[in-house]
This record gives sequence, structure tokens and C-alpha cells, in this order.
Amino acid sequence: MFVSYKWLQDYVDLSGVSASELAEKITKSGIEVEGVDVLNEGITGVVVGHVVERVQHPNADKLSKCQVDIGQGEPVQIICGAPNVAQGQKVAVATVGAVLPGNFKIKRAKLRGEESNGMICSLTELGIEAKVVAKEYSEGIFVFPQDAEVGTDAIALLNRNDEVLELGLTPNRADCLSMLGVAYEVAAILGKDVKLPEIDQQPVNEKATDYITVKVDANEDNPLYAAKVIKNVKIGPSPLWMQTRLMSAGIRPHNNVVDITNYILLEYGQPLHAFDYDRLGSKEILVRRAHDGEKFTTLDDVERTLTSDHLVITNGTEPIALAGVMGGANSEVTSDTTTVLLEAAYFTGGTVRKASKDHGLRSEASARFEKGVDPNRVRAAGERAAYLMAKYAGGEVLEGASEVDTLTVEPAVVSITLEKINNVIGTNMTVAEVEAIFERLQFAVTSEDENITVTAPTRRGDIKIEEDLIEEVARLYGYDNIPKTLPIGSATPGKLSDYQEKRRIVRQYLEGAGLFQAVTYSLTSEEKAAQFALEKRDFIRLAMPMSEDRSILRLSIMPQLLEVLKYNSARQNDSLAVYETGAVFLANGNEVLPEEREHLAGAITGLWHSHSWQGEKKAVDFYVLKGILEGLFAKLGLTESVTYVQAKVDNMHPGRTAEIHLNGERIGFVGQVHPTMQKELDLKDTYVFELSLKAILEEATAPLRYLGIPRFPSITRDIALVVDKETVAGVLKDIIQTAGGKLLKEVNVFDLYEGERMEEGKKSIAYSLKYMDPERTLTDEEVTKVHTQVLEALKNQAGAVLRG
Amino acid sequence: MQERLKELQQEAIQKIEQSQSLKELNDIRVAYLGKKGPITEVLRGMGKLSAEERPIMGALANEVREAIATVLEAKQKELEEAAVLEKLASESIDVTLPGRPVKVGNHHPLTRIIEEIEDLFIGMGYQVAEGPEVEQDYYNFEALNLPKGHPARDMQDSFYITDEILLRTHTSPVQARTMEKNQGKGPIKIICPGKVYRRDNDDATHSHQFMQIEGLVVGENIRMSDLHGTLEIFAKKMFGEDREIRLRPSFFPFTEPSVEMDISCMICGGHGCNVCKKTGWIEILGAGMVHPNVLEMAGYDSKKYTGFAFGMGPERIAMLKYGVDDIRHFYTNDVRFLKQFSKHE
Repeated sequence: MFVSYKWLQDYVDLSGVSASELAEKITKSGIEVEGVDVLNEGITGVVVGHVVERVQHPNADKLSKCQVDIGQGEPVQIICGAPNVAQGQKVAVATVGAVLPGNFKIKRAKLRGEESNGMICSLTELGIEAKVVAKEYSEGIFVFPQDAEVGTDAIALLNRNDEVLELGLTPNRADCLSMLGVAYEVAAILGKDVKLPEIDQQPVNEKATDYITVKVDANEDNPLYAAKVIKNVKIGPSPLWMQTRLMSAGIRPHNNVVDITNYILLEYGQPLHAFDYDRLGSKEILVRRAHDGEKFTTLDDVERTLTSDHLVITNGTEPIALAGVMGGANSEVTSDTTTVLLEAAYFTGGTVRKASKDHGLRSEASARFEKGVDPNRVRAAGERAAYLMAKYAGGEVLEGASEVDTLTVEPAVVSITLEKINNVIGTNMTVAEVEAIFERLQFAVTSEDENITVTAPTRRGDIKIEEDLIEEVARLYGYDNIPKTLPIGSATPGKLSDYQEKRRIVRQYLEGAGLFQAVTYSLTSEEKAAQFALEKRDFIRLAMPMSEDRSILRLSIMPQLLEVLKYNSARQNDSLAVYETGAVFLANGNEVLPEEREHLAGAITGLWHSHSWQGEKKAVDFYVLKGILEGLFAKLGLTESVTYVQAKVDNMHPGRTAEIHLNGERIGFVGQVHPTMQKELDLKDTYVFELSLKAILEEATAPLRYLGIPRFPSITRDIALVVDKETVAGVLKDIIQTAGGKLLKEVNVFDLYEGERMEEGKKSIAYSLKYMDPERTLTDEEVTKVHTQVLEALKNQAGAVLRG
Repeated sequence: MQERLKELQQEAIQKIEQSQSLKELNDIRVAYLGKKGPITEVLRGMGKLSAEERPIMGALANEVREAIATVLEAKQKELEEAAVLEKLASESIDVTLPGRPVKVGNHHPLTRIIEEIEDLFIGMGYQVAEGPEVEQDYYNFEALNLPKGHPARDMQDSFYITDEILLRTHTSPVQARTMEKNQGKGPIKIICPGKVYRRDNDDATHSHQFMQIEGLVVGENIRMSDLHGTLEIFAKKMFGEDREIRLRPSFFPFTEPSVEMDISCMICGGHGCNVCKKTGWIEILGAGMVHPNVLEMAGYDSKKYTGFAFGMGPERIAMLKYGVDDIRHFYTNDVRFLKQFSKHE
């Protein structure tokens, strides 16, 4: 809502309060003023001029040579490019030395050989938005009414010496979608009275009901419909002051009748509609639901197909307006209109919202109906509009209105105790203080002991319950005046859950290991949604996505993480390590919520480390990433529970990928991205993992127990084994560990050789075995005995022989 | 013989003092003190001496030996030290060359903000509550006093999956779920961080996915003044002890009265700058007293229980705190962006 500071003074005395001070006060007591626009900022030297003579420029077809009286003796010559400039016009002239918005300085100039002493201005050149300039002036200069006085300040005449407060209204304060509503609010803040607009009707001796009958077939949607008739109107421009007020509020002037309905919309917050009575085709108004498939052309010349959800105003048969949204082309007021049928009605919010949404027609009118208009202001708005039409369109107002009224208007009566107010706010106010606040708001208030009863006026439809009264008291008391305390009562333990704590540990560990945390989008494309998914499920698709790229909830984090690598690689960061924790979404059918499983994904690409001047360089590989995971599982006490199983995973390198199993159950994968995909993404060798974070964080682990420091020496035996190439290290390790029993404390691979010195199909793998007994020093014989068992087992179970 | 010994002593000491290397010194040791050395030789000739002379000469010979040995040792030490110094000199390196970098990542800036807020409220006795990102219409809207058809819930602003299931538009459903779980009993003190989704075109100030963090306190006798005090502590701990706060009335369907909180601009200190649009104040969060309908729907007696709630956007806080100018940076994950958030403040 745009509120003109000058216009507001019609209703409230603002003396001593500047626009910016007012903005601050309004903001602090409840309605945020998002900005104060000084309309004449950066404009000087614009006066009213009289075009005494206009002739064709001798050297330019599109230019006019004008002699303009600007009230400084002899007329000055101005060259003007506007197509609508004409002799006899009163116009806005930026004189030599004037400044226009954008710091545009007007200088004496020669245009195609002819001297020009200033500029005749269009409204946009004076800083008025093009979309609010009346159509007749949109392509050219603005023309003042003939009574404009030559040489006077054109900016003042255009009411631009004003400031406009932009109110950011929350949905509950629809009452401030009108100048009167703002006036009540401002009066309460300043402790002033509200002066209501003038309605001084002199109806002619004819009754509106003789001209029109009104019938409503949908009382629930339209509980009140009043039709007034104004005859003998002369369509023409509305007064300049009205046009300028409309423009300041963001509405484009049309003609006097339409402008008056818009003016009342701004003044009362009540949308009105003017029909051309003679074009109705009947003497009847019937309000009903539209028929499914019924066609109707709105006044923007678009044919609309209606449904029974939409409320229409008809002439008894044909629709003439979409209720509360837009009128019809068939009954629109034109320059030939002489009799106006003025609609003042109450349409319910839901009805209007449905129609405006279905047809994409959001207007000043529909916005007000949607949020709820004051039921007590409907008739007054109609009367005031009729009065203005008599005054500014020469019309004659017929007596009364043709009406259907089933609207029950009961102001809200709410009672509250002083104790409740003070308890909720945390204050020590008295009954008198509270009553004074409601009186400022012009709410009727009575009290008995400490019980306070408030009757809220119908314009404040948002006041319904005790808490609404508390808010009114609190905001006018001043939020900043409320004391600062802390909750009292029983203490609550502040602590992360085990899961949350472990998740933080995971993040810290991975970051310590060199990975940056990324956060990516949960919505993805159909193509990516299925990639790398640990479980295949139905897609969870948005009903109305904004784009195909963000239409499906992810089943895996990996595609997004690879996008991150791609983005960075394309920007000279092709060595990178990132991870993300976040939910993936597993459908459980349409009717229930999906399972949200928290995943952990990581990706490393390019060089793992490089220290150039020392010649150190290491590219990422499988074992770099696996090492990170092993460290993570060790941190979480899961080393014994996790195994890696060679596997094939879509989009992963078939020979360099493992599934990660937790207690035998697949919870993720680790490996190299398939070279084809690496190439598509323009990545260097890239290794990735993704696993169910939920699975590893919810896995119960043994409590930490101190085991003592070994007091006895260990004995290490190294063995080099020759095995089939296909035999994997994990199997050999398992054999060694089983056979080694409890004396075997550590098994480490220290060499792997698959070169030409080996027999075809064989490889050599060397282990270092560490034996120890925590209770005593082992003898060589004891170790040899166990070690022999190990070698036997290796030979029998894996055909492994010692390398000669 | 006596003279011979004195001569040898002098001779040896002179050579020792002139020696330049440990090897030379060792040769001297062998030459004078060794078994084939002249002193040994002198001692061997002692048999020719009288019984009186013998101990005298013996003592003298030992004196000479010791004198040579002492000087020799001193010289040896001196030469060794010189050798060490020479070795160290040859080992000197350029200490200004860069070290081997330690590979280390860091929190995403939003995680950093969220954890900071979590920790602050944990210290005040709050727990961290989380909930689903795909929500039932009931928890996202209805339980929060936003019945179907309410003007503040516009279908156009939410990502619906079915008529009853949508991506949550705020973290408030976690409040509703937590209250429901507590079955009408207090106290509740929670902080709820998480991702939320709205139908917005991504641009410098809008993102279809963003973070929210909310707080909820429900108990007997929770007052608006408690909210005021809590928010002031939050603002000062989060943005600096010299920040001032300002509360403004506002509207949210799930709170009544509702509040918006501004803090004095941390860039200009409240004098007015571009960040605070010359107002000196920056809007940080929305809050209010829990609406009685919300309490009742979750099974709380609104005559007995009151509560306050507040909610804020980690993106906005990070943008203000660190001077980030485009919300999309948080989701692009440019490493040149991410790595700037490693420093501890």
C-alpha cells in the first residue's frame, strides 16, 4: 500500500510529524514502512507553460517549434519532439537551468539549427512511472487543464511535492489497504482524531429500484450487493488532484467515473465497479455461480472459460462481470456512457481468490476482497462514489440503491483480564493504561474490576481472541518498553543427541582429512535422480515443478557432488575434495511420507597432494579414499563391523569399486567414477563414496575401555606369498587372522608385486605379522608354532606358497 | 731421562696445538701415548735406574703422560666442536621456503552459523530437534493455525507432491511435532535447524532451497519479556556485545503477538549505510508468543501453558555476518568461496 503523506492529512492532523518521523512511528507500532519515496527528489525548475504557437520544425519532420509563455515576459522558443504537442496547451516546461531525475540538467541548445530554451516534459521525464501514466499521455507530453496558471510550479500542481510511504502489510492488517484504515492506525499512534470523508448527497427524485432489480443466487459468496444508479454523467478526465493521487498510489488514471471507483478503492478499501447501464441489455442484476464451461470476455478482451467455482454478475442471463475480479467488455464504461450502474458489494475472500487465481487476474480489487473488506463500509463507499460522480462527472444520483443484504455484521466482543495481559507480556500495567490504549484505537472498551471488555470495530476483522487484544496493547505500549527477562521454571538439559554429536564428529573428521563440506539441492532432474542410488525406488515428483532440473527428490547425493567437482574443475580447481551430509528421499507410496535417510557422500579428484618445489605429487586413488573411510569407521568404533566387497555399481569403474557392508549389510559404495562419466563431466580421475550415515551413526558401539600398555615385547615375522592374481588381500588377511589366533596382534601388507618376474597369473603379496602376549614374553618356539599354523592355513585355503 | 721426558712433553703439546684435524690428533695420540711411543720406551728403560730413582721417574713419566693427555683431550673437544659447527653450517636451509601444506577442509558457512546458534542455545538448556523435509500439510500448515484456504498459505509458494504432502516451507512443523510428542506437558526448549523449500526463482536474494533455524519454548508462565531477554542474549552473543536490538510488531499465523527483531547495523554501528539501507537497523528474525490455537491443536491447555517461538535464516545471517552478496554462492559450492570460511573468529 502506497500512502501519500499529503493525502493522509485529509483525515488526520499530521502537524509536527514529518513523513520520515511518521514512517518510524508506524514501523515501531506494527506496520513496516518499507520505504519513503520523496516524489520531487532531484527535480527543480519545472513550471507551467502555455504553448502560444506551434509550427513544424523547418528541418525535421518529427519536431515541433513552439513559442511557450513561461510567465517570464516574452515567450521562449522550445523545440519539442512529442507528437501530441499543440498550440494552446498548458504544459510542464523544464526551463533552462532546470534539473530532472537522474541529474539531467536542462541547457540552452540548438536542435537541427533551431534554438531551444528548455524542454516540454512528459510525466515519465518528471519521474513518474510509465505504467501509471494515462494512456493519452503515454506517448507524449502531459497536458494540464486550461486553468493551470502560467509560470507556477508544475511539480506542485502535479502534487509531486509529496512523500509516499510504502507499507509492507502483513495479511492480518488488510484494514490498512485503505487511506481510512491507515488514518485510524496513525490516529491511534499519534493520539489524534480521524476526520471522515464528505458525503453530501442531493439525490434526484427518482429511485434506483425503478431502474434496476438485484437478485443474488449465491448469498454465501455474496451476502451484500448494492446497486446505485447515476444518470446524465459526462465522461471526461477526472480532476487533476484525483489523477495525481491515483498515480502516487500506483494506479493509472482513465476517466472520471473509473477514476472515482479507484479513488474510493484507495480511500475506503472497498472495490467498486461501474457498469454502463445502457449496455446491460436488461434492467436486472443476477449474481450467481457460473455454469461449467460458460464463456465470458473480460474488459481486457480475453475470453475466459468459467466453472461453477466462479461467481459472476449477470444481466439475468449473460455474465457482465467476474465478481470482485474484473468487469466485462460488454458492459464497460466508455466515453459515450451517460448512465452508470455502480456496484458496491461484499464478495467473500475464498470466492474471489479462486477466480483471480484460476484466471491469473490479480488486481487491486481482488487483493482487497481476498483479504476481507469492512462489511460496514460497503454502502458508505458506494454513497461516497456516487457523490463524487455527481461532483466531478456532472451526474445525478438516483435515490437509494437496489440491494440484496443477507450480511450479518457483528463486531467482535472480547473480554480479557488485566492479569492475563500482564502475565503474557511481562508488564505491570493498570486497567486505566490498558483502557487508554483501546480508546486511542477507537475500540469501545468497558471494565469491571480487572475484567476488560473490548468491542472491536468491523474494520479490524483481525481482532477475534484475547491474544489479539494483547498484541494491540503490547504494540501500542511499545515492544521496546517490554522488560527483558529469561524463562523461569524447571531446568532443562541442553545437549546434542548421540546421533547429532556423532554427525558433528563425522564432519570434523572429514574436514580434518582435507574434505570441504558442500551443501547442494535436494531437488534434481529425472536423469540424475536415479544415478548412484543405493536403492531403486519410485521417483518422488513435485506436482508443479518450476523446471525439469528441479522436479524430483534425490535418491543419492552423488550426482550433485559431481556437479560441484565439474563446476570447480571448469574454474581451474581440478584438484578438490568435498563431502556432503543430507537426506535422500525414498518413496513409500503416494499416501505416506517418504523415508528420509541421511546419507554421507564424498568425492576427491585430481591431485591428492603436491608440494611442487620438493617434487612431491600424488594423484587421488582408491586407497586414498578408502584410507579416509577406514579412519572414519575407526573413529566411530566400526572397524570390525565394516567390510569391502568388490562390486559393480552403475556409473562406477567396474574394476575399482567396492560395496561397503556393515555387519554384512550393504550400506554404500566406494570407488572410481566410470571413466566415461569422468570424461562427460570433464573430470580428472575421481574417486567417490556414498553411504547411509544413518546406518553408521545408529550402529551401537562398545563403550570405550582402557586396555593397558603392552609390557612385553612383540615378535614380528615377515612373509612374502605367491598367490593367484585373483586372490584378494582381504581373504588372505582373514585366513591369517583366524589361524593366528589371539597371539597375532597385527597384520599389515608391506609389499605387492605383479610384475614380469612372476609366473603367469600369479602375484606376490607380503605381510608383516606381529605376535604378542600381553602377559609375558613370547619365546621363539611359541611364535614359530603359531606362525607355522598360519602358513599351513594359507597354503591349504588359498594355495599360497612362500616366495622363494 | 728426566730431560728426555720434559722434552717429549713439550714436543707433544706443541704438535697437539698445531694439529688441524681429529685424524692428525689421533696420530699424535698413538705416536706419543701408544705402546710403541717414546714415553713407553722411556719407561721401559727404567730398569737401569736405581731403586730410589725409579718411583720418582715413574711419577714424572705419569705426570708427562697426563699432561699430554689433558691437552690432547681439550684439543680433541675443540676440533670436534669445530667439526659439528662445520657440518651444521653445511646443512643450513632456506627457512623462507613454503612448508608442506596440511590438507584440511572446513565447515560450509551455513553449518558454521547453525552450529554456532545451536551451541549458544544448548548452553541455555535447549535441545536440538529435527524433523522431515517432506511434510504433511497438517504439520506444515494446519497445526500452525494455517487452515486450508488461509490467505497466508498460497499454493503457488509451496512445492506440493500430493494434495496432502509437500516440501516443508519452514522448520515450524518440527515445533508442532515436538509439542505433539510431549503430549501436553512442559517444559519444552528446542532449537530446530534444517532445510526448507519454497517456489522461488533462484536469484541473488532468493533460493528455492534454504535453511531455517527456529526456537520454541513452552511452559507455564512464559512471557513476552522472556522472549525479549532471550533474543537480546542471542543477538549479543551472535553479532557482538555492542549490538542493540529493536522489536517491532509483525504478523505470523502461528504467533500472537508477533514480533520482528532488528539489530543495530554491524557494518556502520547504527549510523546508516548501504547494508542497513540507511536505517541503522537490520532485520534478523521473526518471533512471537505461540498462538493459542497452535498450543491447543498440539494438546496443550492454552490457559495453563504459554510459549514463545522465533525463527531465522542462516543464509541471511551468514550474508550479513560475512558480507556475502549472493545467496546462490551457498549452493554453488565454489571452493574459492568455501575455503574462506575456515578461519576461527
